[in-house]
Amino acid sequence: MSTLAESRRPWLLLSPALGTLSFLLVAPLGFIVVYSFWLRTATGADMGGFHLDNWVEFFTDAFYHDILFYTVRVALITTILCAVVGYIPAYFIANTRMKNKALLLLLLMLPFWISYIIRTLSWINILGTGGAVNYVLMQLGIVNEPLQLLYNEPSVILGLMHYLLPFMILNVYVSLSGIDGNLVAAARTLGATPFGAFLKVTLPLSMPGLAAGSLLCFVLGAGTYITPLILGGPTNAMFANLIFEAIIIQLNWPLGAALSIVLLVVLGTVVTVYGRLMGLNQISKSFG
Amino acid sequence: MDDTKRYERLLQRYRDGDISRRGFFGLLGVAGIATGVMGTGLTAAGRQAMAAAAADPVQVRFDGWGGVVSEAFRKHAFNPYEQKTGNEVVEGTFASGDEFLTRVKAGQPGEYNLFHASGVFDYARYTDLGYGVTLNEDNIPNLKLVMPALQAPYREVTNGTLSAVPYDYGTTGIAYNRDHVSDEEVKELGAAILWSDKYAGKIGGWNDWRTRIWYGALKTGQDPNNIQDMDAVWEALREHREGLLKYWTSGAELMNLLASGEIYLTEAWSGRVAALQQQGENIGYHDPKNGFAWQECLMVLKGSPMAATEELVNFMLEPEVAIAVAEGQNYPPSLDPNKVDLGEKIPKLPAFDPTGTLDGLTFAKPAYWNGHEQEWSKMFGRIEKGY
Repeated sequence: MSTLAESRRPWLLLSPALGTLSFLLVAPLGFIVVYSFWLRTATGADMGGFHLDNWVEFFTDAFYHDILFYTVRVALITTILCAVVGYIPAYFIANTRMKNKALLLLLLMLPFWISYIIRTLSWINILGTGGAVNYVLMQLGIVNEPLQLLYNEPSVILGLMHYLLPFMILNVYVSLSGIDGNLVAAARTLGATPFGAFLKVTLPLSMPGLAAGSLLCFVLGAGTYITPLILGGPTNAMFANLIFEAIIIQLNWPLGAALSIVLLVVLGTVVTVYGRLMGLNQISKSFG
Repeated sequence: MDDTKRYERLLQRYRDGDISRRGFFGLLGVAGIATGVMGTGLTAAGRQAMAAAAADPVQVRFDGWGGVVSEAFRKHAFNPYEQKTGNEVVEGTFASGDEFLTRVKAGQPGEYNLFHASGVFDYARYTDLGYGVTLNEDNIPNLKLVMPALQAPYREVTNGTLSAVPYDYGTTGIAYNRDHVSDEEVKELGAAILWSDKYAGKIGGWNDWRTRIWYGALKTGQDPNNIQDMDAVWEALREHREGLLKYWTSGAELMNLLASGEIYLTEAWSGRVAALQQQGENIGYHDPKNGFAWQECLMVLKGSPMAATEELVNFMLEPEVAIAVAEGQNYPPSLDPNKVDLGEKIPKLPAFDPTGTLDGLTFAKPAYWNGHEQEWSKMFGRIEKGY
């Protein structure tokens, strides 16, 4: 009897969380799956039933594959750049002997206090033809005409980096701050150069943080539609833009639902592979 | 005297201040109980009580285009309306009729009340989906001041009735930066200037499929309301994309791109360009032959508190209010210039028609455009992304 009660206890304790998850995640997801088999009629109303049209369209139309590939490519480039650029400040914060290390971490969190959209829009004032960069270049006589720095792939990647860099830095910082300093010292006493000690000790030990940061950057980057909408040109649409357009502009909720599931499966696969290889506990450390 | 008449008298006494709100609902409740005791349908009394609550709304939600247009509405219409009636107008904005339709579809009846719909084609889409109402025109006496030419297309869609009142009209013509593009050049080339290699990389375009296809039809020498060679239009839109810096998505973005010099040329809404000109920007505006004209309306949605909404609509059609809003948003009002003196500024606005017949403007035929909406919006979505 007591064994039965004990076996039920974890489920009882978990039931609020499971109930919330079921209500807020599983049930809506179920609706989206059902919706993906519906059809949009000519008037914009939805027609229920079991139709494979949206799925056939996705699997047979290269348009969707190309945009999906482009999305993965942009997210991957952004992630690599975030890893390279983000490692340096993370290393600095982890190893600094400054008294106010907490202040540095606070500064890192500061951008989160401002809306993501506002942060993205700020690049228009920096990179626009009348923006700060062009103004300085022209005042210095380096260029005669303003450079076209906006509405292209680099400006989209820059906007994404601005959004995602704190996630990378935080993850790498957590990993670096957990490394025992004696290991580096031991490597140095055994003849390693400072750079060699970094390559053979610090970098490998910080890999879990780097991987966790990369996962977050990739998933968040691949799912965004605001940045390409604001900073992208005619050919910089990402997969989330297709979902937005299907649902908002074309009023085709069934196709939008099917595309949403595609993106979810792709990103879910990445998370699953990561979970198998690295475990997901590193990510929770960054937020905890 | 029937129950309805009794209820109306009771409501009138309440509105006149003869009885308090508590007393009014108390009497309604007693009437409901009495009705139940007498064995007649209590549901009717319940409905009347609900109608009484709906007849005394304090909030009407209005959704519009934002920017200078919303500012004009707030300043010249909503603030005076709120002062006069004690009702509150809650505002929202949207970037396109498509986007707003998605919100209405996802919402509940009554969540959205009144919105600034663009084009008869949008009116038709909303009513086709069952979001329309039948306005009691007796409650909107100022409707008599509105141009019949603007009312007719809406009545045609909804069998002689109205779910909206026409409010203003305008055009989507060519806006250009006069520091870089001459008036003569624009007049000579017309719509084709948006395809000019000379300005490649400095051209903008609205990411609205109707506008893009309309201009594609003009570029290929076709009637936008009867396109014969759609492939030529698609090809023209691909060509247009090559010289394009950006598809803009909102009026605010359009104004920013033009004013900052990011783009020199784009098609644009006449009122927004007039606003830029009034701000001192050296921006020109030209309506090419068969340019895109449109009429906007205040559309009432299903589930709205009808008495308050109709009162607001009538208030917005008061000549002094409609003229002030028109001057603020820079679009001519729907008021008939043969019946109302529109002052000095409005006759100078782009697209203004002094005859009140609108014969010189080309509007989109709702049945034609809505009939191709699914196919064309999807195809343009692809072209927009480089396909």
